Amino acid sequence: MSVTTRPITADGEAQTADVAFAVNGRVRHLALDVRTSLLDALREHLDLPGTKKGCDHGQCGACTVLVNGRRINACLTLAVMHEGDEIVTIEGLGSPGALHPLQAAFVERDGFQCGYCTPGQICSAVGMLAEVKAGVPSHATADVASPRIDPTDAEIRERMSGNLCRCAAYPNILAAIRDVLRGGGA
Amino acid sequence: MRAFTYERATDPRAAVAAASRPGAKLVSGGTNLLDLMRLEIERPTHLVDVSRLPLRDIETLPDGGLRIGAQASNSDAAADGRVRTRYPVVTQALVAGASAQLRNKASIGGNLMQRTRCPYFYDTAARCNKRDPGAGCAAIGGFNRTHAILGASEACIATNPSDLAVALAALEAEIELFGPDHATRRVAIGDFYRLPGDTPHVETVLRPGEMITGVVLPPAPPGGQVYRKVRDRASYAFALVSVAAVVASERGTIRSARVAFGGVAHAPWRSIEAERALAGRPATTAGFRAAADAALAAAVGRGHNDFKIELAKRTLCRTLARAAEQAEATA
Repeated sequence: MSVTTRPITADGEAQTADVAFAVNGRVRHLALDVRTSLLDALREHLDLPGTKKGCDHGQCGACTVLVNGRRINACLTLAVMHEGDEIVTIEGLGSPGALHPLQAAFVERDGFQCGYCTPGQICSAVGMLAEVKAGVPSHATADVASPRIDPTDAEIRERMSGNLCRCAAYPNILAAIRDVLRGGGA
Repeated sequence: MRAFTYERATDPRAAVAAASRPGAKLVSGGTNLLDLMRLEIERPTHLVDVSRLPLRDIETLPDGGLRIGAQASNSDAAADGRVRTRYPVVTQALVAGASAQLRNKASIGGNLMQRTRCPYFYDTAARCNKRDPGAGCAAIGGFNRTHAILGASEACIATNPSDLAVALAALEAEIELFGPDHATRRVAIGDFYRLPGDTPHVETVLRPGEMITGVVLPPAPPGGQVYRKVRDRASYAFALVSVAAVVASERGTIRSARVAFGGVAHAPWRSIEAERALAGRPATTAGFRAAADAALAAAVGRGHNDFKIELAKRTLCRTLARAAEQAEATA
């Protein structure tokens, strides 16, 4: 990792570092102030505004992206910490002419109103379905020792609790996810 | 966010050397630290990224215990087959915390080092002895509904937010530490956290530059294990009160019990008083209630949080009943 450091204040130094990671299948090289969050790197430096900034504190889930296949909050991680990682954002899941099954299901079920939380909801749902398949337990799992998860509505709601929707489209978000679960399309 | 320099540690020795620099802090998942840095409550001048150190493994120990590497994510630890079958209280505690996104990112070591969510600690306009030693405590006499009822001081009534630490307290886990002298030591979870006293900004017994490398679970204890968390909403919230209980019970008599509370103190609160009240006694509602009264005998409310005393008692009774029932089913 190449870094350049310049003093800026009495109590600290600003540092710029090179970082390379793949975003939606394409390797991107950036030179960033090390303070840059992954979210700001995506939105401000890579022109990928699909990932949304809601609270910027890890409380709303609007910034959810997939890193090496796992959903995380892009606001609470530094871009420089993602050297070599594979990142997928809403732009990488599907396009208007070729929607991801979850995108199509959200449209079909009207799983949004204002739409601001939707990219995070959909990325989160993609990660969530993979977690269910892998048998990752949740707070709604009656017997955490059981390696199989029965994806009940209670399980889906609990597993999606990190994504807030201020319009309260929750019933339709649940319906959209349930459709994809039944169809097996995710 | 204040400026800092960043380095990725290549091995534990380099990490502790870098962490010994003045103003340095370790970062792994970053889910709490980066938030506090954005608010300028934490102001490290150097960040040492330990997330890629080879400390992710979960391994069975020769004595039948289990060692969870400090860099394992909360989700990996929760989903591990050995953890969920032999130490279900750990899995239950982990999945009761945060959101799936945060659990995917947050490390086990970082979970144990997260700071309190006392709103006055977060409000830089308010007085806080944790943030600014000597400034006073705005929570005492303030809106203190979420605050401590046990072991608090006149300097601080904040609570420890970790669910994991509560389960570890009931299991008598040890925290494995690696220091700048390249020595490894283990500290019992019961000795790892400090009560606030006059120095609430000093939260653990970690020495300068020391790093958590793992959590060591002793061989799984017999009986039922249950973690129960009570909060203001059904998911994705910190505990008002939580209880971890490990109960061995046969033919209606409790052979042994280990009990720890969360959300009530500056540290996970193991209750030896409750355990003594339970051992050898019948597993009945009256017995559970007697243990709960013993556990909370020294509790002090601060006004808004008075309800937590009764809530803690009832939560303990419910948790013990469930753990005893499980123990009976498997005995």
